[in-house]
Amino acid sequence: MKQYLLSVCYPAGGSQPPPAALNKIMSEVIALRREMQSADVWVFSGGLHAADSATVLRHQNGDIVLTDGPFIESKEQIGGITIIRVPDLDAALLWARKLARATTTPIEVRPFMEHPS
Amino acid sequence: MAVLTRFLGDISLAEEAVQEAFAIALARWPSNGIPPSPAGWLITTARNKALDRLRREASRSERQHAAQLLNEVEQAEEHDVNDDQLRLIFTCCHPALAPDVQVALTLRLIGGLSTEEIAHAFLLQPTALAQRLSRAKAKIRDANIPYRVPEAAELPARLRTVLAVVYLIFNEGYSTSSGDEVLRTELCDEAIRLGRLLATLIPQESEILGLLALMLLIDARRGARVAGGDLVLLSGQDRTLWDESKIDEGRALMRICLTRNRPGTYQLQAAINAVHSSASSAARTDWRQILELYDQLMSIAPSAVVALNRAVAVAEVHGVAHALRLVDAIELPNYHLYHAVRADLLRRIGRTADAASAYRLALDKCENKKERDFLMRQCQSLARH
Repeated sequence: MKQYLLSVCYPAGGSQPPPAALNKIMSEVIALRREMQSADVWVFSGGLHAADSATVLRHQNGDIVLTDGPFIESKEQIGGITIIRVPDLDAALLWARKLARATTTPIEVRPFMEHPS
Repeated sequence: MAVLTRFLGDISLAEEAVQEAFAIALARWPSNGIPPSPAGWLITTARNKALDRLRREASRSERQHAAQLLNEVEQAEEHDVNDDQLRLIFTCCHPALAPDVQVALTLRLIGGLSTEEIAHAFLLQPTALAQRLSRAKAKIRDANIPYRVPEAAELPARLRTVLAVVYLIFNEGYSTSSGDEVLRTELCDEAIRLGRLLATLIPQESEILGLLALMLLIDARRGARVAGGDLVLLSGQDRTLWDESKIDEGRALMRICLTRNRPGTYQLQAAINAVHSSASSAARTDWRQILELYDQLMSIAPSAVVALNRAVAVAEVHGVAHALRLVDAIELPNYHLYHAVRADLLRRIGRTADAASAYRLALDKCENKKERDFLMRQCQSLARH
């Protein structure tokens, strides 16, 4: 079994969908999480606040320096993550496809490194 | 390669092992003679080399895994090599890999072409290509892209990617996009070999037969495509130079497709080419039938390129003026053949100055030397009319 990170990407600074559409998305995402849980592939999932709520810590001359704002200013932000445990990439892509349909946003699939045993 | 990749689960490891096995074969076979089953010998030798390496590098738990692998290899010694090739084709053409990487991986791992040969065929730097290939192999390993033939539900979509890769290899061989040569026959041969392999392994899939028929019918004209170093278009080709056996094979495949009656884009394109192949001269071409086939193609897979080719048939059936109106409505500003077709129609309708500027646009967009020479000759001949 292998773990994959499914990240929900959306354009930074983009406007939120209207409440009705957002509610529909949310209920579909919750339904999909239940489906993942009953298929026993779900490890973790959660939505994130906007990137400007982030704080970055950097190691600098032996000190840790804090900066306000995201790590990298980028056109895409991660709006939420899901971690699943499945046999291979094809299985991960199948779930990612469902997630992309539910969220209507791009989904990035990325494999975790194996745990050192 | 395919057998070892399945057992070892790692393409790079399999490649290194196969290379070692070939090196040993080169050293031994000239003096000891070629073994009765050269492929079997190579697989066994490569497997032993890979397992040696695993044992050397592995921790204890991995050593157990290696021992288990060895068992499995020995049990499945008689396993059908073709099935392994099919699995590996689907891995190489996985949609999670970029299309150019799919092509390069397929040629490297299924076709057995060297990185240098692939780089030469696609005019890439060998080092850059080698980097892309090793990145792709790392992705296959790290993301755990499986070695298997997709399940029935996924098969049609996944097969489309595989067929697109095979046809891309063929097209790059038959109408090389850049460089000095028109044909890179080794790519055509390899694409046809892959087509045959797929047709043997998934015989029920009509589009595979359609693609194989299409490639055979086009490739049959290879010998007439270049004369005296110059590119010759279909209408000007010496048809006695066409390869009858390839045409017959393509036709036979088309007959099988027809009885199944599940038309698809490759089958329709093959049918169009079969009509060309049946004409004893360009003037005797059944353009009405070709136009009907293009109409069908437009209804199942409409695209600007199909519309352009359809317009060529329209010119023969309904006249040049009609075709020119269609071509003017198509948006393909960066495709050299769009401008070449338009130039030809303008020339035929007597708009010489417009034809000349269309030829210049075609020349601007064309990167193959032989095709450029051809367009240049066409453009220069305008002045003499």
